[in-house]
Amino acid sequence: MSTPIISKKFSRRAFMRTSSLAGGGMLIGFNLFNACKPEAAPPVDLASLNYNDFNAFIKIADNGAVTIFSPNPEIGQGVKTSMPMIIAEELDVAWKNVHVVQGVLDQENYTRQVAGGSQSIRHGWEALRKTGATARQMLVNAAAARWGIDASDCTTNEGVISNAKGETLTYGDVVNEAAASEVPEEVTLKEIKDFKIIGTDVGNVDIDKIVTGKPLYGLDYKAEGMVYAAVVRPPAFGKKLASYDDSAARAMPGVIDVVKIGEKARGLLEAQPNMSSILSGTDKVAVIAKSTWQAMKAKEAIKAEWEDDSTIESTEEHDKLLTDLLDGNTFETLREDGNVKRAFAQADKTLERTYESPFLPHNCLEPMNFFANITDDKVHLVGPIQTPAWKAGAVAALLGRKPEEIHLEMTRMGGGFGRRLFGDFVIEAAEIADAIRKPVKVVYSREDDMADGIYRPAIKYRIKAAVKDGKVTGYHLKEAAINSNMYGLIPNFFPAGAIENYKVDVAKYASSITTGAWRAPYTNFLAFAEQSFFDELAEMMEVDRVQLRLDLLKKVDAEADERIEYNPKRMEEVIKLAVDKSGWGNKGEGVYQGFVNYYCHNSHVAEVADVVIENGTPVVKKVTCVVDCGVVVNPLGAKNQAEGGVIDGVGHSMYGDFS
Amino acid sequence: MPTYQVKVNGVSQTVDVSEDTPLLWVLRDHLDLVGTKYGCGIAQCGACTVHLDGKAVRSCSLTLSQVEGKEITTIEGLSEDGSHPVQEAWKEVDVPQCGYCQAGQIMTASAFLESNPNPSASEIKTAMHGNICRCASYQRIFKAVEIAATKMG
Repeated sequence: MSTPIISKKFSRRAFMRTSSLAGGGMLIGFNLFNACKPEAAPPVDLASLNYNDFNAFIKIADNGAVTIFSPNPEIGQGVKTSMPMIIAEELDVAWKNVHVVQGVLDQENYTRQVAGGSQSIRHGWEALRKTGATARQMLVNAAAARWGIDASDCTTNEGVISNAKGETLTYGDVVNEAAASEVPEEVTLKEIKDFKIIGTDVGNVDIDKIVTGKPLYGLDYKAEGMVYAAVVRPPAFGKKLASYDDSAARAMPGVIDVVKIGEKARGLLEAQPNMSSILSGTDKVAVIAKSTWQAMKAKEAIKAEWEDDSTIESTEEHDKLLTDLLDGNTFETLREDGNVKRAFAQADKTLERTYESPFLPHNCLEPMNFFANITDDKVHLVGPIQTPAWKAGAVAALLGRKPEEIHLEMTRMGGGFGRRLFGDFVIEAAEIADAIRKPVKVVYSREDDMADGIYRPAIKYRIKAAVKDGKVTGYHLKEAAINSNMYGLIPNFFPAGAIENYKVDVAKYASSITTGAWRAPYTNFLAFAEQSFFDELAEMMEVDRVQLRLDLLKKVDAEADERIEYNPKRMEEVIKLAVDKSGWGNKGEGVYQGFVNYYCHNSHVAEVADVVIENGTPVVKKVTCVVDCGVVVNPLGAKNQAEGGVIDGVGHSMYGDFS
Repeated sequence: MPTYQVKVNGVSQTVDVSEDTPLLWVLRDHLDLVGTKYGCGIAQCGACTVHLDGKAVRSCSLTLSQVEGKEITTIEGLSEDGSHPVQEAWKEVDVPQCGYCQAGQIMTASAFLESNPNPSASEIKTAMHGNICRCASYQRIFKAVEIAATKMG
């Protein structure tokens, strides 16, 4: 028998509520995120979202069947499988008996239904475990009461409760009594060595539907009487609609209506100006037709005239503006240790390099789309969205409707990568549906998806290091970005704390191009820039590239500096393992090796890439990737994420561009 | 609008659409077979792959006059119950992340393995090269095709 390992009590009232089900069984609602406030704030600011009480449910039927409603949107990151696994572990049921259902947006009962910031497991971990364990304890208590024995004399195994005499009761046998019983104040969590589900390879809960082509995604959703909308969009940021002629489009087969939208979006922007970087208030023309193809074809027949509204920005201008920012003195300093200026003045050698990355679209394979049906008493929204609560609130504000009139259902998403955090397409669908008062799905063409996106903004880094007596004594990182700078935790990532004189400065340029998070915002390219810089620095210092990093890490005292976000010991361990597994430095002639170590999104990673030159082109032959992200709930899914991330990184660093 | 006879998954159906309507949208909007996905509309991504007389084709770039009289198979018709060796291999390897491209991947792989039951590694890579997976699950796609080849061979 393991000992209770819950030391902190949490408010049961705020965390959990149980009720009997009308048809028999028990429903447990719980709050993932209020129950386990993490020590540090999540790295992505999602503070503008509204959350209420409960965010997930377990249903245990009186035949013992367990249904877990997975609260968070599924974008391919696997939470619809891994979050329920954690509950099932502590509930102590066999995974094969668990049925997982996607929860809908339910602001009465759920909270923080967000897929963003790589936080679902980290935020959910403790609460999911406590919830499973609490439900298990209530079932055990009910069985013990029936037997007239102490609950501590009962054990459970895969949904069956046993006593010392060898008598057994299933969860289904006692679920109705459990539902009426008190919620225990303290519960026992399993010890990690006793895990039977967490840490095992569990297949995607939607796999059968995916391989047989069942409707799962937003584009697959259909409703009675649904029509389709294709939208004519400005040809460039900074253009606005002057006039349009829809006579040819209206005469085309299947066309139902043509409506101009944008006025309501502008009203929303006036009320919520902080949405301006993700929502353009430009007029657009929506063509409504009976089928997707008819809408897309008729859209091409709209003759729209556009006029300049603001400066039409260009890649060349951005390039100059960002360089001017780096050369200028309008920086905000996010962190400064020691005296960087003096370190450079006293240096034996210095190195300065500039790194730049272009705008990038997310290019989710499922183009943006959303369904809306607006009637006098209800606003019904269905589709792929990473931030359903935020968008439900925005639609309420857009249309002047009460929050309780908004009903939003999340579908599985054909990719997210940050693009579906923003939900400008939800606003668009709602404005169209409100104008035509028919159930309608707005469908972006691939061209729309590329041209009317919310992009990773172009960015430049200038990094400078000072070296004296063979040691790195100064480090100065300057960021010049479009629309927004790195979030405040990033300056506390490696190499913060490793270099005595250290400074991070940021500056930005406000653009009319909509920009936002794209796969590990900021760090996706900052990692490339900084790690490339360390390689050049090692070369200048004539030391091994890995040794330079290990030497730097030795200087970090994360206990003395509580701002430090990473753990130097864990960083060292991933580096050493990557070196060991990859055969660092022991490759034959013609094999070049690249090395990175990085910390962000609560994970420490080291990678070694083996590269050869074939026909004058670098070809990545092998990547050794070591990830320390803490407990891995589902190794099968985690490996898929790591492999995909590596390939996406190689692809974008070699071929990614957008201008 | 003209009327067309199409045979999809063994069933002949009549559809009434304009002559330029791609097979993709007929499948999705008219026949309720949404397993075939829209990704790019210009035959570049492979999400809309179906079989036409057993060969893998891009349904976004075929009109009905091009497919009349031919056998069209979609992901829904590849097997009765998801038991085609390629589908089984996809489950065994747990290929998908978001899963959106996978129907197209499976249709490409299954047509390829019919024509080449014992492919080399480079033949698999060449055959699957035109199907984009934005989550980059390519390692597993490759592995699943290898496993399916053993199952079918």
